[in-house]
Amino acid sequence: MGIKPIAGEESIRVPFLMKMEFEYAVGVYATHFFQELKDHGRLTGVRCPGCRRVYIPPRPVCGICFEPMTEWVPLSDEGVLVGATVIRLPFVDPMTGKQRPVPYGMGIIRLDGAATGIFHFVDETDETKVRVGRRVKANIRTERQGNLQDIINFRLMDGPHE
Amino acid sequence: MSQKVAIVATGQTKHTSKRKDVNVRELINEAVSRCLADADLRMDQVDAVLIGNMEPFEGFMFPELWSIEGWGGYLKPSVKINTGGTVGAATTAAAYYYVASGIYDTVLTVGFEKQSDGNSQAAMTAIGEPMWERSVMAGAIGNWSMMASTYIAESGATMEQAAKIAVKARHNGARNPFAHLHMPDLTVDDVMKSDLLAWPVRRLDMCPTSDGAVSMLLCGESVAKRRSSRLAWIRATATAHEQQYMGDSPKRLAVMRAQIAASQRVYKMAGIKNPLKELDVAEIYEPATWAELAMYENLGFCERGQGGKLIDAGVTTMEGELPVNPSGGVLCTNPIGATAMIRVAEAALQVMGKAGAHQVSNVRTALVCSYGGNAWSDAFILSDSPS
Repeated sequence: MGIKPIAGEESIRVPFLMKMEFEYAVGVYATHFFQELKDHGRLTGVRCPGCRRVYIPPRPVCGICFEPMTEWVPLSDEGVLVGATVIRLPFVDPMTGKQRPVPYGMGIIRLDGAATGIFHFVDETDETKVRVGRRVKANIRTERQGNLQDIINFRLMDGPHE
Repeated sequence: MSQKVAIVATGQTKHTSKRKDVNVRELINEAVSRCLADADLRMDQVDAVLIGNMEPFEGFMFPELWSIEGWGGYLKPSVKINTGGTVGAATTAAAYYYVASGIYDTVLTVGFEKQSDGNSQAAMTAIGEPMWERSVMAGAIGNWSMMASTYIAESGATMEQAAKIAVKARHNGARNPFAHLHMPDLTVDDVMKSDLLAWPVRRLDMCPTSDGAVSMLLCGESVAKRRSSRLAWIRATATAHEQQYMGDSPKRLAVMRAQIAASQRVYKMAGIKNPLKELDVAEIYEPATWAELAMYENLGFCERGQGGKLIDAGVTTMEGELPVNPSGGVLCTNPIGATAMIRVAEAALQVMGKAGAHQVSNVRTALVCSYGGNAWSDAFILSDSPS
């Protein structure tokens, strides 16, 4: 009887509804960073002894020099946006499994004293304000758990763009 | 023992948003069968097969086992490769090394993705580093909007220039029978009025999600010349990887260090000093319009900050000095694990003179460049002569 192609129709579909759950070890350097943040509300980076870059997120080895990094450096809670947007397309919040309410501001923040930037939320939803070059300040919780959510978001500061 | 390597044949599926009529094995087999027919070859004449895919967009791991009968890997030397968005190019590069080494003469490559089977947003989330990026990420839209904001701050590029890239891609794609999106009547105004997803990225600035597969046959010099007179020789290939985090240099997302490194290496290997003058066509991996503007600069088609002016002058259109993505590119077609191999296959079709309605005239030298995860990059120079 031959094989009949399924023209414009769906083949039989099989749904699977099991949740796949994961738990990750964050490692020595992130543990140190988030312990400092939790205990003292401080942000810290590590300096490469070769190129002198200060890295956040902290990590054991400089990717450029392949030098081990052991020197912790205090970072400011202020910095500058080097990437900036307002997200309007809903995206699932992996922490909750639910849609994150839109709109919300988002940026790559280079803290003063660091060579690199981190992703985080920006406390502003006006696209004309969330722009590269704006100065921002970390909005750190008073009760902290030792994770990235200890920083609620970054607030735009007054003053000129960098 | 080493030998020169040519792309001898290609096969693609008609890419589309949802291929619900077939499963992964059947989808792959369409592309592989078309490639073998193009080469007039039987599977038992193939020495080895390399398959690329980006797990877990289909929601399963071990896709090479799930699909092996579709691509003929039974008892052959076969390896599955996964380098994310660049996997199609990385798989091609691996096949090149297989053949160039002289150990194998006839190697088949396969790239595929069937996004409609899985959960693309869940897969994108799983890419994010758990402690530092996953909890605040917003998938490809978040990354590319961040990239675009950095690029605008650097270059002063405009929304209109980005929209011109969208129009160029969709008009080109309309002439490519395998492209997913066919939008021959799209205008700059349409793009600029489409939904704002994340400033400055609008819906029509972004690539679609697609189901599709692609396959190519790579052969060593003596076998290639026996099989076909229209060959695309791989003159050079190079790969480069970035540091881990998106913010690891302040301009990293726009000044794509890995892409600059990979392209500079292949230019050097192929003796190319002025890419704009010496290349006849380019197939590049542009998931967003803004990425293409930045890539013009990263690939050395123009000075830094001048990407927008290149499209304003029409340099990269079908009629321009260096047509970029005559296939319609990623902006028309994005079955992720196949996407970078489609770039290679489309550039090969241009060099072979087999691209049909989207053929650029007199193509002798082509650039291919992939870019995945805002991080990895592979580049190739294809040529109509082996040296």
